[in-house]
Amino acid sequence: MMTKGKSYYLIPYYLWIALFVIAPVLLVVYYSLFDLEGKLTLNNYVNFFTPVYMRMMLNSFWYAFLITVFSLLVAYPAAYLLTRTKHKQLWLLLIILPTWINLLLKTYAFIGIFGTFGPVNNFFDLMGLGEQQILFTGFSFVFVSVYIFIPFMILPIFSALDEMNLSLVDAARDLGASGWTTFRRVVFPLTISGVRSGCMAVFIPALSLFMITRLIAGNRVITLGTAIEQHFLVTQDWGMGSTVAVFLIAIMALFMILTGGSRKGVRG
Amino acid sequence: MKNRRRVKNKNGIANIYLVLVFLVLYAPIFYLMYYSFNSGGTMHKFEGFTLDYYREVVADTRLMIIVINTLVIALLSSTIATIIAVIGALAIHHVRSRRAKNTLLSLNNVLIVSPDVIIGASFLILFTIVGIKLGFTSVLLSHVAFSIPIAVIMILPHLQEMSPTLTDAARDLGATRRDVLTKVILPIIKPGIFSGFFMALTYSLDDFAVTFFVTGNGYSTLSVEIYSRARQGVSLSINALSTLIFLFTILLVIGYYYLNQRKSRPAVQIAEPVAEAGVPR
Repeated sequence: MMTKGKSYYLIPYYLWIALFVIAPVLLVVYYSLFDLEGKLTLNNYVNFFTPVYMRMMLNSFWYAFLITVFSLLVAYPAAYLLTRTKHKQLWLLLIILPTWINLLLKTYAFIGIFGTFGPVNNFFDLMGLGEQQILFTGFSFVFVSVYIFIPFMILPIFSALDEMNLSLVDAARDLGASGWTTFRRVVFPLTISGVRSGCMAVFIPALSLFMITRLIAGNRVITLGTAIEQHFLVTQDWGMGSTVAVFLIAIMALFMILTGGSRKGVRG
Repeated sequence: MKNRRRVKNKNGIANIYLVLVFLVLYAPIFYLMYYSFNSGGTMHKFEGFTLDYYREVVADTRLMIIVINTLVIALLSSTIATIIAVIGALAIHHVRSRRAKNTLLSLNNVLIVSPDVIIGASFLILFTIVGIKLGFTSVLLSHVAFSIPIAVIMILPHLQEMSPTLTDAARDLGATRRDVLTKVILPIIKPGIFSGFFMALTYSLDDFAVTFFVTGNGYSTLSVEIYSRARQGVSLSINALSTLIFLFTILLVIGYYYLNQRKSRPAVQIAEPVAEAGVPR
């Protein structure tokens, strides 16, 4: 229908792609080749493979992994049960609602909840466990992150479960499969795409969180995100920061390829 | 429609689990709100009811300026982003070759899947190189930039659902290209444009990480301000502020649903792209 010809109206969009999608990536790669004095060097990459950064990277991965696993463990049953409720759209909306509340406010709430005199410690006291240091530990970091990410894990799994043809489950049951077998062999494989997008929606941001680590983990946990923030805004070592960013981008790309590249969603 | 027949056995445990999830999801929010009325000044011992912190928030001119900044940036950036996104969606829609289309789509989605730190850091480099002073302009530009792809994703499905015969018919009846756009295409994709705008708005209001990188000294948005205050420890004026923000958010959501009700395609419509977007900003 649309013929070629005047398509200059497309300029803003293409300009956006060039300036804000392609250029930033190239700039990050370019800057990773310079050291603090602005000399062209590969030192940043050499530095990256020193134990300090490797430890940080492993650390970062480990936490992201934990966060993803726990989110999945909590979210899958929740999503499953949600599809079984009567007003599921309403309940789903209630799951989404907290995601519209500023992330920092929710994180800030945990400073109070996990604090020395907070309700969790009160509860521990009651149970006779005594006061524990909860804030500024790895545990609180994982807990708060899982809390933040749960809705993003529930949503894709919910849609996958909701789209699933239930007669397949009935068929499995009719053929004598137990509840667990049905879940393992039928339900879970059918919803794996939802699980994948959920994991992706959690894992990648979990690698790069820096505000939660700062507020809740008190610099105990250093992720790739904290490292980038530190280099860019505190030590002003943009070169090293960019190098970490380059690796994060590479990991992200790898992860996307591994989890099946083309994600569903954008289709008619 | 389909899973009505699932039986109600084991409903007990199931319901307890769901209730627990909801409790955990909402507890921190209500916890914040509850202590915003605490005259004791801490988040652990409720001493008495007071509205002092609300008075403090309202009387804080600096904070009010920041709130206005945040709203101005959000409204402006989502408007600009939505306009560019309409163009982008049309561009992607009109590309014939499958490969070109996929390339465009992937480029479109890069910013959605990228971690915020990287977006923030790379925009910081970009603005510094180009010579844009950090502050209002840089924040506005980056909000426009990261809102565009999500708006495109909200608009595109509406374009694809549109029957091509409609535009063909309009052309046959003598409509100019401009008429086809303004009288046929835009009205049809209007719901998508609204959802795109709304998503862009919430993204912008919520964004912390990217803004944190590209604000200079002296310019701040709410999330950046909350962060710097929270780093200094507990202050109940943040609680009061968050209660106000929570109420505002609820109003926004209700308003959006009210608007959307006519289309009668609730939750999932928002749910999908949110899930797609994933990254909390």
